[in-house]
Amino acid sequence: MVEHAAKVRHDFLRHDMNFPHVWCPGCGLGIVLGSLIRATSSLNIPQDDLVLASGIGCTGRMSAYVDFNTLHTTHGRALTFATGIKLAKPNLTVMTVMGDGDATAIGGNHFIHAARRNLNITAIIVNNMIYGMTGGQYSPTTPYGSKATTAPYGHVEQAFSIAELAVAAGASYVARGTVHHVPQLDGLIKGGIQKKGFSVIEIMSNCHTYYGRQNGLSDPVEYQKYFKKNAVSVKKAAEMSAAEMEGKFSIGVLADIEQPAYVEEYQHIRDNACKEMAEKGEKKGGDCAQERRDEM
Amino acid sequence: MQSSSEDQSQKYLLQGNEAIVEGALAAGCRFFAGYPITPSSEIAEIMSRKLPTLGGTFIQMEDEIASMGAIVGASLAGAKSLTATSGPGFSLMQENLGYASMTEVPLVVVNVMRGGPSTGLPTSPSQADVMQARWGTHGDHAIIVLAVSSVADSYEITIQAFNLAEKYRTPVILLSDEIVGHTREVISLPPDQPVPIFNRIKPSVPPEWYLPYEDNSRGVPPMADIGSGYRHHVTGLMHDAKGFPNFSPGVTGGFLKRQYRKLANGADEIQMTKQFMLDDAEVAIITYGCVSRSAIRAVRMAREQGIKAGFLQLVTLWPFPKKAVDAVCRRCRAVLVPEMNMGQMVREVRAVNQNATLEQLNRFDGGFITPAILFRKLMSL
Ligand SMILES: Cc1ncc(C[n+]2csc(CCOP(=O)(O)OP(=O)(O)O)c2C)c(N)n1
Ligand code: SF4
Repeated sequence: MVEHAAKVRHDFLRHDMNFPHVWCPGCGLGIVLGSLIRATSSLNIPQDDLVLASGIGCTGRMSAYVDFNTLHTTHGRALTFATGIKLAKPNLTVMTVMGDGDATAIGGNHFIHAARRNLNITAIIVNNMIYGMTGGQYSPTTPYGSKATTAPYGHVEQAFSIAELAVAAGASYVARGTVHHVPQLDGLIKGGIQKKGFSVIEIMSNCHTYYGRQNGLSDPVEYQKYFKKNAVSVKKAAEMSAAEMEGKFSIGVLADIEQPAYVEEYQHIRDNACKEMAEKGEKKGGDCAQERRDEM
Repeated sequence: MQSSSEDQSQKYLLQGNEAIVEGALAAGCRFFAGYPITPSSEIAEIMSRKLPTLGGTFIQMEDEIASMGAIVGASLAGAKSLTATSGPGFSLMQENLGYASMTEVPLVVVNVMRGGPSTGLPTSPSQADVMQARWGTHGDHAIIVLAVSSVADSYEITIQAFNLAEKYRTPVILLSDEIVGHTREVISLPPDQPVPIFNRIKPSVPPEWYLPYEDNSRGVPPMADIGSGYRHHVTGLMHDAKGFPNFSPGVTGGFLKRQYRKLANGADEIQMTKQFMLDDAEVAIITYGCVSRSAIRAVRMAREQGIKAGFLQLVTLWPFPKKAVDAVCRRCRAVLVPEMNMGQMVREVRAVNQNATLEQLNRFDGGFITPAILFRKLMSL
């Protein structure tokens, strides 16, 4: 009998992609990939209905490995492509996976607007606090004082908190996890996919090669300990002072709210447009014979 | 093939921008993503009103980069898709337009040209984006660029734009300009001779045999919609027939050659021109877009004066209609190329026939090249 984990890998990873993958040994991205396929496989959604769009970066390479409908788009723009796909075929389960630079620097505008619009997409953001693929330059989440190949004297900008940014921008479901807290991470991704509306799962991950080497964390195992030490549950974090939270971050579900999602809202537009046309007795522009109904 | 003609033809007083919407809808366009910009905004506004009544979807994105990304996504999922913009927005679209070219996604981008560079002349016409339309995104790539000259053109050529996009799996750029976009003229819809509609060819093999970028005699691989059971990978990286990243010289060279070959194969159909009084012409005007209207008038005026003048309208700018242009250059003792820019397409005419006596006439101050200007020039040739 094939054990469950092997079956998930067999069914959800592509057989015609060259493994081993492009990532450095010990990179957290492999753990994220594992979580992603466990979460999606547990939902019994046909693979033909799963879409994963990625941006550009080490994280962006993830889309090629999963046996879904996959897109490797342009740097920062994965959400824009995902928006077109979801609106054209709302029955599909559309996810994106992006790096921190991808999602919040070059793609920052798309990110906040996707959250505000509340279109039914699950955005996974792998936050390794650095630009991995291009060799360790600082990103919008590089902590103040850290070193980067473009901050050789120490970084002087304040970092974004991605999950908090997503909450403020209006996302329906926002969670943060780490590549150390893996069973929890599986659940957070699953929760995001199941949520109607825009979901964000920020995943703290290690780029020991670039962030780590420049900042005293070059060993992936040490990095795991760093996540273990500095992650605080959302509940506990709420009771801690700012001083106590210094250098730490919360993990768990930060927001889970019920609000109208874009696909339903747009169906209202179609219904209203057709009603108005019927009232005016207009014919031109189509017969409005309910050519399409999106119910999600 | 299905016909775009459904019921009795009626006459409408439409603006060029409105006619583009009507053409797009007749061609089967059901998705529009855009960002407002003069002089193209009417296209978005009318789409937002009409698409929901047809089961389609309109969305105003946060910028033109996003608009372009969204229409690529929607087309990959099977919806015929359009965006419309003008100069500054067209510049922002170049990145994802390159992606559409690399991944061979059919879609139509309308650029209602205005004076540039930068914010330039928002409400004045121009034809200065014709080279950007060809070479705006980085890297070698094949592209189809069409130009409209009237309201009737705006309807018909928009349908052609969708047909060519679908048939050749390529983005198509449709150039209009502030004058054509905002001029109102009477047209019959559907037109007396309806334009047939073409839809992309879907795979006929089972999913496990499907190769989304496999070469064939036409050089155009069948295209499976996302979500139709043909799971595959789409990437802006150089890729093999399966769609997976591959940077080997053989794959890279083969890919680019196929891109160029597929449009070369269809040259007769793609390279559209219109001829006016050329049969016995001794002097000719070659131009495109709004200047075509002045050219027709100027040719008539010259004929009244006994000058054997003719006119070749370039409907397709890229791939450049070499054969038709060369024939005119060979036959006529002088050829006039007027453009509302500092001289862009004239370079191509010169490259096609170096022996021709070429005159260029350029206006780039936001004003129009009137029939009188062209007539005076024709008389002096
Ligand atoms: C328009 C554009 N600008 C720059 C780049 C170069 N580039 C590739 S990946 C990347 C940053 C990657 O960092 P991040 O998004 O954090 O992802 P990671 O590699 O760390 O997973 C950059 C700047 C690009 N591909 N496209
Ligand atoms: S460079 Fe960093 S993010 Fe990229 S694969 Fe290596 S460890 Fe991972």
